[in-house]
Amino acid sequence: MCTMICERTEVEGSGKGRDGWFPLEMVNVSYDHPFNAPWEYGVNIDFVNQSRGVGSRVAVELSPQSAKKLADTIIEALKRGEANPQIKVSVL
Amino acid sequence: MYTTEQFEGIIAETITINGTNGDAIHTYFARPMGAGPFPAVVLAHHLPGWDELYREFTRKLAHHGYLAISSDLYCREAHGTPEDVAAAVRAEGGVSDDQVMGDLEAAAKYVLSLPSSNGKVGTFGTCSGGRHVFLAGCRLDCFDAIVECWGGNVIMSDEQLTDKQPVSPNSYTQDLNAPLLGIFGDLDQSPTPEQVNQHEAELKAAGKDIEFHRYPEAGHGFFYFDRPIYHQSSAVDGWDKMLTFLSRTLS
Repeated sequence: MCTMICERTEVEGSGKGRDGWFPLEMVNVSYDHPFNAPWEYGVNIDFVNQSRGVGSRVAVELSPQSAKKLADTIIEALKRGEANPQIKVSVL
Repeated sequence: MYTTEQFEGIIAETITINGTNGDAIHTYFARPMGAGPFPAVVLAHHLPGWDELYREFTRKLAHHGYLAISSDLYCREAHGTPEDVAAAVRAEGGVSDDQVMGDLEAAAKYVLSLPSSNGKVGTFGTCSGGRHVFLAGCRLDCFDAIVECWGGNVIMSDEQLTDKQPVSPNSYTQDLNAPLLGIFGDLDQSPTPEQVNQHEAELKAAGKDIEFHRYPEAGHGFFYFDRPIYHQSSAVDGWDKMLTFLSRTLS
């Protein structure tokens, strides 16, 4: 769109798209015009697996303030989870 | 002037033309029925993609008597819903300016080759498409009229330049070779009113044939009736200004 601001990183996990669950490969976070949310600009988060086609996408469009709250909330949940010695994250 | 007794008919369909590097790209082509001669308009779609809105814009221009043609500027990248394709293109930083210029030129040459053409062709785009049509007016010599609607990133800082967008479009201002109609909302954040002021001042300083209209109650994308940013009175007047401009420059 107009800003072309987009940050990307590889991720591991699963996302639920229009055809059900699929393995995630990447998350794209842009600060640009949303497709559906009512603002001129928003934080658009796309969890994707490009190797499965552009339709393998879980999309979220947030206001900037909501995006900051989400980021803080993720960090807070991580802090609590990682501080608990009884919780081990298993990787297959 | 539209009157109720006049004959009206258009044909609208997807065709394929050869764009940059001879690549086959899907193209929506809407045209009035009849032998013509008709003027033409090449549409450059916005970053949300080759969507239903742009098909409607294309048909609207055909309804007003233009050979109207809109290529899928993301055709090489992927196919899917316009939103999914546009999201993928957004993640890759858009498509290259060089590729878009070649695709717009190919569409212009296609319509000019038709026996129903009157030999005149303009170009119209909004958002990233507004940026692209300004670039086309400067870098290509095939257009007789440019309609730039709220082109974002016409003025780019050095930090914004990329391999795909290596030059700030306003650097080409001196090369603009067709009359330009600019339509902008004063509440827009990209371009900001200050950037529109600079753009207009640079065009005037270069002695270009321009006509700018600014709408104080409109923001970005105020023609988009499928979005909350639609602004009715500004959109109606903007379309009227655009059709008047095209009639003057392409007849």
